[in-house]
Parts: sequence; structure tokens; C-alpha cells
Amino acid sequence: MRGQPTNKRLEKHHIENLIGRIYMSFCVLLLIVIIISMVYFVASKGIANFVSGEVKISEFLLGTRWSPEAETPSYGALPFISGSFLVTLLAALIASPLSICAALFMTEIVPGWGKKLLQPVIELLSGIPSVVYGFVGLSVIVPFLRDTLPGQGIGVAAGALVLSVMILPTITSVAADALASLPQNLKESSFALGATRWQTISRVILPTTFPAIMTGVVLGMARAFGEALAVQMVIGNAPFVPHSLFESASTLTSVITLGMGNTTMGSPQNNALWSMALVLMLMTFIFVLLVRMLERRNKI
Amino acid sequence: MQFRKTWLMALALTGVVALSACGGNNGGNKAASNNGGNTPAATNTEASSGANLSGSILASGSTALQPLVEQVAEKFMETNSGVDIQVQGGGSGTGLTQVSEKQVDIGNSDVFAEEKLKDAAKAAELKDHQVAVVAIAAVSNPAAGVDSLTKQQLVDIFTGKITNWKDVGGADQAIQIINRPASSGTRATFESFALGTKTEDLKGSIQEDSSGTVKKMIGETPGAIGYLALSYLDDTVKTLNYDGVEPSVDNVVAGKYPVWAYEHMYTNGEPNGTVKAFLDYFMTDEVQTGDVVELGYIPASKMQVSRDVAGTVTPK
Repeated sequence: MRGQPTNKRLEKHHIENLIGRIYMSFCVLLLIVIIISMVYFVASKGIANFVSGEVKISEFLLGTRWSPEAETPSYGALPFISGSFLVTLLAALIASPLSICAALFMTEIVPGWGKKLLQPVIELLSGIPSVVYGFVGLSVIVPFLRDTLPGQGIGVAAGALVLSVMILPTITSVAADALASLPQNLKESSFALGATRWQTISRVILPTTFPAIMTGVVLGMARAFGEALAVQMVIGNAPFVPHSLFESASTLTSVITLGMGNTTMGSPQNNALWSMALVLMLMTFIFVLLVRMLERRNKI
Repeated sequence: MQFRKTWLMALALTGVVALSACGGNNGGNKAASNNGGNTPAATNTEASSGANLSGSILASGSTALQPLVEQVAEKFMETNSGVDIQVQGGGSGTGLTQVSEKQVDIGNSDVFAEEKLKDAAKAAELKDHQVAVVAIAAVSNPAAGVDSLTKQQLVDIFTGKITNWKDVGGADQAIQIINRPASSGTRATFESFALGTKTEDLKGSIQEDSSGTVKKMIGETPGAIGYLALSYLDDTVKTLNYDGVEPSVDNVVAGKYPVWAYEHMYTNGEPNGTVKAFLDYFMTDEVQTGDVVELGYIPASKMQVSRDVAGTVTPK
């Protein structure tokens, strides 16, 4: 190789460059085509019921009665939309303080062995398959709730608890990254002014990293909103707007996973499930948009 | 550096090819030795006489039927090494959709195609092969204190009229319904033949998708009631008699116990050679009294009654 004339080496370099560029453009194009066709597919199936007049959009979004197999079927998805939001918000409320504390512990309080111990444990949590979370929820959380609280253990509370464990790693790792990237001189000047560690954390570190930590929370909520299997196993799946945390309820994802395989393509019931998939997709867009906005604020 | 990488990659690829070749050889040997051992039985069946059968079969649909089809397919492939059968789940709706759109060769379903497919013309194109029967029993938590329920009592419980076990002669304990999703085939069977009516989902009822989870929940939840296929029954749940009739295989076969349904394998039109051979093999005594019984289904060939789409039962 070394003995070759310079022009040949140059040629080879150019060819490699060209091949690399063609390969890259092909991959990017393919990705764009896949994304567009996915969005198109979900959207076209999702609006099929509304276009054909089978279901009114207002009935779908605001109707509280879901009974697709009845003599006069009705496709109200409000119980599932509200269930999804309820478990997601609850999970974020439970998980965020824990995650932020864990992140502070790893970066500010015991950056040495604390990080070495906690980080692998938290990363491990994100590697556990969701069916395992569901089964643990069914075997541990549900009996615990059944024995200590009213209701049958299955319900919104169990779903939120399972989800909160599942989103811990997302929030913790984003928050820890944000805390670690904080300029050292900010903290040092706070200490120089005579502030204690707690004052520094609560008055300087947390306010400056707040948008970044919120990014983690929103990412965690996006994960919770889209999670299907584990929630489906512990939430009970009754198609009603829950009046209590210990009552059986449904989420959009649990209804989709329960119904998709048992309905035939093109039937109104199947299309209604696709409409729910469309709602999920739009919600994901909103979550992504939120993260983008938070990131922009973070930069300033 | 780059040269060495390419070389390594080539080596890895060769390794993979060599390994898969070994796998193929193993399969071949197994089939050959089995042929030798089973000769008397094998020559009887039409399926295994065609050692020259080849092609691939794709089946999808009912998860309730999947384990049986998988096991029978395994055996069929052992005696016919040229045939490759893939069995996927996905649910009865998926199976029926895919077979009617010719995406798969066989669509497995817990219900008649006419009940699921809205398009009657599409359903008429499909040919039904009833390979097994699944019976479903009402079950309760053992502490509920009830042995038998009448049809009317079950209807009252599943429509929410009766909410305490003491009203049907059991313990003073609230009834907790553990249902299947509205679109489930098991629920459709239970509603048509045990209740005789469709039910709405009740507030506070619990719906679970898999039989395993349903059994676990009924066994653990005080006052729980639900329904399970006979193959899932054990001591952790109490099997309830229906109108005084015990849900046993003998009672189902004799037509005394009414809560059962066929497991269907649909083909789009008349099946071709290989698919037909596979479906014929399913109906042989070897499979019907062997694998079907072993996995907890009831042989379709043994049924003394038959039932049509409308639910009319006639003695065979």
C-alpha cells in the first residue's frame, strides 16, 4: 500500500468517499421513506372510520361508552385516553423525585462510589423486558395493594407503580447527564459565597438544570404513555373512566394490544383501534415537541 | 487493517454457513431415522407416504390453537423433510384476515369465519377444517363456596345483577368478574353457549388476555369468577358445574355439556397438495388421539354431535 504512487492513492480515496456518500444517502433516504410511510399508514387507517362516517370524531374522542361488539356498537375512547394520561402523570409524579434524588446522589453527593454503584443498577432496570415488569407487578404489587388498600389490587395505582419503575432509568440518566455537565465554577462560586451544599443544590444547581431535568421527565412520560404490555397486565382493562386509583381502567395501548389480533383488518372495530394508534402517535409528536422546546430553553 | 477486517468477516460468514449446513444435516438424519422406526404407522397415513412432498406452509392466527399446530407441524416435518411449516400467532382475527387475503396458507381461528369477517363473500371463499374442539368451563376462586351454577345464575352474575356469592348459595363475598377482552374467541364461545347472550363490560371488572393470567388472577383474588379452557383447569381454581353437568371431556363428546367450540384451520379455497396432506394428517388417529388429547384439546373426530355456524347442534 505504502509504495503506491500518489495519484492512485488519491483515486482510491475519492472512490471510497463516493461509495461512502452513496451508502449514506441511501440509508438516509430509506429512513425518510420508512418514517413517512409509517406515519401515512397509521394516519390513513386511523381516519378511515371518520372518513367513512362509521364513527364521528367527537364521539370517538369524547364518548365514554366502548362496546364494539354490541348490537349498536359505540366507539367512545375517552376512558382509554383519560386512563393513559392518568397513569402517565402518576408515574411521572412518583418517579421524578426519586430519579432526581438518585441523579443528585450520583453527581453531587457521592460522585465516587455512589456513581459506580447506582449507575449500573439503574441501567440494569432499563434492560428488563416489559413482560417481566408486568409479571412482577402481577405477583408482587397487585397482591400487596389488594391486602393493604381497598379494591382488588388491580387498577390505576398498580399500573402507575409499575410504570414509575420502568421510567426511572430514563429520567435518572438524563438528569445525571445534565447535572454532570454543569460548569464547575458555578458551584465553586456558590461555595465561595458561603453557601452550604444543600443551599447550592436547591438554589443554584437545580434551577439552572431544571429545563434539562424536565427533558428527562418528558422523555420518561413519553415512554410511559407508549408502554403497553406491563400496564395491560396489571391495570384491569375495564373500559371506564376510573373514579378511584384502585379501580380497573384501561389505557390506549392496553386496548390496542388486547383487540388488534382478535379483530379483522378493515372492520370498524379494527379501524377504531388504529384511530387510537393515531392518537398515541400525535401524543408522541407533542412529547417530542416539548423536549425540543425545553432543549432550546436549556441552551440560553 | 481493513484487509484484516474483511478477512475476519469472511471467516465469520463461513462459520455461519457451515453451522447452518450442520443444522440441515441433523434434521435430515433425524427424519430418516424416524422413518425407519415408524414404518408401520407411517405407511398407513396418506401424508407420510409422500416422501416427495415439498414446499412451505405458512399458518397464522389463534394463539389457543398455536401450540397444537406447532407440535403437529414438527412431526409432519420430521416425516416429510422437504416440507417447511411455519406457525405464527397473532389472534383469530389476524389469521382470518391473512388467509382471506392469501398472505398465509392456513388461518387458525377459534370462531367461524362468518362470525368475524364482515364481508360474507370473503367468508364463503374460505374452506373450514375443524381439527379439534375446546370446551370452556366457568371457574371460581375456591373460597367462593359454590359447586354448580345454572345458566340463569351465570347470566345474572355476568350482567351484574348478582354481585355477592351468598345470593347463589355461597360465602358472603363480593363477586369479582375476571373477563376476557370483548373481541376474544374464548369469551365469544362462553357468551354464546353458556350465557346465550352477549354481555357488556361491567365497571370494575377485570379483563386479561392470556389464560395463564386469568387462572392466576382467579386463584388469588377473593370472590373471583371467570372461565377457562378445560386444559387449563387445576386445583388452584374451582371448576363449576353448569346446570348440574360436569365439564368433562366425556360429557362434551357425548353432547351433554354445551360450552365448547371448534378450533378451525381455514384455507382459501380447496387446499393444494402439501397443505391438504398436512390437514389430512391432522385428522389421522395418530394426531387426533395423540397430540390433540395430549395438549388438552378434544378430538374433533370423536365428537358425537356437530354444530353449524348458527349454533344448531345435531347428533352425528
